[in-house]
Amino acid sequence: MAILIDSDTRVVVQGITGRDGSFHTREMMAYGTRVVAGVTPGKGSQMFEGPNGSSVPIFNGMDEAVRETGADTSVIYVPPRFAAGAILEAAEAGVDLIVAITEGIPVLDMARAHAFARDRGVRVLGPNCPGLISPGKSKVGILPGQIVAEGPIGVVSRSGTLTYEAVFQLTTAGLGQTTCVGIGGDPLIGTNFISCLEAFEEDSETTAVVMIGEIGGTDEQEAAAYVKENMSKPVVGFIAGQTAPPGRRMGHAGAIISGSSGTAEEKIRVFNENGISVAIRPADIVGLLKSRLA
Amino acid sequence: MDIHEYQAKECFRSVGIPVPPGRVVGTPEEAEVAAEKYGGTVVIKAQVHSGGRGKAGGVKLAKHPVEARDYASQILGMDINGLSVDKILITPAEDIDTEAYVGVLLDRKAQAATFMVSPEGGIDIEEVARTSPSAIRKLSVDPRYGMLPHQAYWLASFLYDDPNLVNQARKIIAQLYDAFVGSGASMAEINPLITTPAGVVKAIDAKMSIDDSELFRRPEIAEMRDTSSEPPSETKAREAGLSYVKLEGDVGCCVNGAGLAMATMDLVKYYGGEPANFLDIGGSSNPDKVVAALEIITSDPKVKVILFNIFGGITRCDDVANGIIEATENIDIELPIVIRLTGTNEDLALKILEDAGLSAYTSMDEVVEKAVELAGAA
Repeated sequence: MAILIDSDTRVVVQGITGRDGSFHTREMMAYGTRVVAGVTPGKGSQMFEGPNGSSVPIFNGMDEAVRETGADTSVIYVPPRFAAGAILEAAEAGVDLIVAITEGIPVLDMARAHAFARDRGVRVLGPNCPGLISPGKSKVGILPGQIVAEGPIGVVSRSGTLTYEAVFQLTTAGLGQTTCVGIGGDPLIGTNFISCLEAFEEDSETTAVVMIGEIGGTDEQEAAAYVKENMSKPVVGFIAGQTAPPGRRMGHAGAIISGSSGTAEEKIRVFNENGISVAIRPADIVGLLKSRLA
Repeated sequence: MDIHEYQAKECFRSVGIPVPPGRVVGTPEEAEVAAEKYGGTVVIKAQVHSGGRGKAGGVKLAKHPVEARDYASQILGMDINGLSVDKILITPAEDIDTEAYVGVLLDRKAQAATFMVSPEGGIDIEEVARTSPSAIRKLSVDPRYGMLPHQAYWLASFLYDDPNLVNQARKIIAQLYDAFVGSGASMAEINPLITTPAGVVKAIDAKMSIDDSELFRRPEIAEMRDTSSEPPSETKAREAGLSYVKLEGDVGCCVNGAGLAMATMDLVKYYGGEPANFLDIGGSSNPDKVVAALEIITSDPKVKVILFNIFGGITRCDDVANGIIEATENIDIELPIVIRLTGTNEDLALKILEDAGLSAYTSMDEVVEKAVELAGAA
């Protein structure tokens, strides 16, 4: 089992002919993801050439792509100017999950897009996220396939490369993963920690969860309360940004301490209070996980 | 991106919010001329991106033009929380009857523009929200419908009892929402919103932050950026497309990815060092970006060692290694450089670096410990 995506997931790539879109589509296909369609307005009826002689039909719009191919998941590599529009189009076309990779989408655009998707019961992951991967089954987004392995650990994180760091350490230590989910570094994201924790709690193959947060907002604090109330599986946490100064945006649009709220110190304290084992260094994650699983 | 009070007031005026007139000047002589023009008492306000301007002495009342010139010469060049004042706003003083607070920001949890209003003006809204939440009325605006008339009225009626004042305030609240959305703001604040003895509601202060992701489609707002309020290295980093924040330590950090960059800084501190900066070079192995990053890090005289921490996922480590070597050949660096590369093609990358005489590691802990040790020895 896995959460959110598995080997049956049928993926449509929005922005398939762009530089990032075409590169990552080939990476996804090489990993074994079932990419069934691509969308680039004006390039409909062409074919996208995948690895090893495979190919994928390109459509002008999402409506047609979903109707013709039965795609249930969309991944968006569209530039910031058009990305919110791409999310609206995907939500209207009726996919179940929209994975928005694009960084730098205006936040007010996202407020509308999230509301629109919610109204239609469509889940958005991101934006400004690396996507997700269910090892051995499917990957949607940009997570590198070679650092993951199949196994019982669920991983959920606001970051990209820091997730790779943690996942790579898990894999090296023989702790494979059910699914690794990057929920994104933006202030307004479609899928939060709690939503992923719920799914991991329900997933019969996941035995423990690694949750990687950072400064800014209160998502981690709320997730910690959820863990205490609702989770039977052990959770190990890490928070990045203990040395971040207040009021400064640390790369991610959402990674900012406002006033005295959203500090790493506060999040670590709340994790500890709610039974989440906190790794002070990324290198401590594996050890904590092993002791919680022992 | 923060904009100055005078710029925010310009934005407020353009949507119809009543704001007293004002003139921005850079010399005491101009301040005198402006005060002369307005006649009567004027307020002189330092234009810096910092709270607590009044407490720092950056806001003064001048009764006549000569006094205005004297205060202007005190305030210009003044240091307010590390920022030098080079512009002041001259504005006629208002007779104040009451002060209220009106603010709107993008609330992460509500995923919407969220208003907070309070009949108590001149307050720290975060503090009041914590200590006496009943002094605040809060409303999230549904992005699908925008601010509805009855919502603006509901907020305004929390501020005043007098129907005439409520009527003026509800217009201002609706206009503030227009200004917020129209300029792609992440925060807009009127603190205080005053009433005069004559029964007029006015915004006498204005504060706005713009969502950085909006700037590509709002060149007129992007031009408002005041680069004098940030270290030159941050200006240069932005122009090079790098995400950089200058800090006070001596270990220069160059990392791919924001989360890993923060974790690297934290680890420097863990091993007893102090990070000199946050720097995310992004997913690219483009040597130009590595060169720009190295130039920015080495322009900080406090830096004693340069630490690379690269996790090669999609980015190949050997590409990054070549980028680092090309960069170090193009600029003259006397400082020690320690490099950690792991992930895709790390073996190739380590060989490339070792052949070039650079020390390379695969463990994040080892490399950070080494960097801290070198900084301590330098």
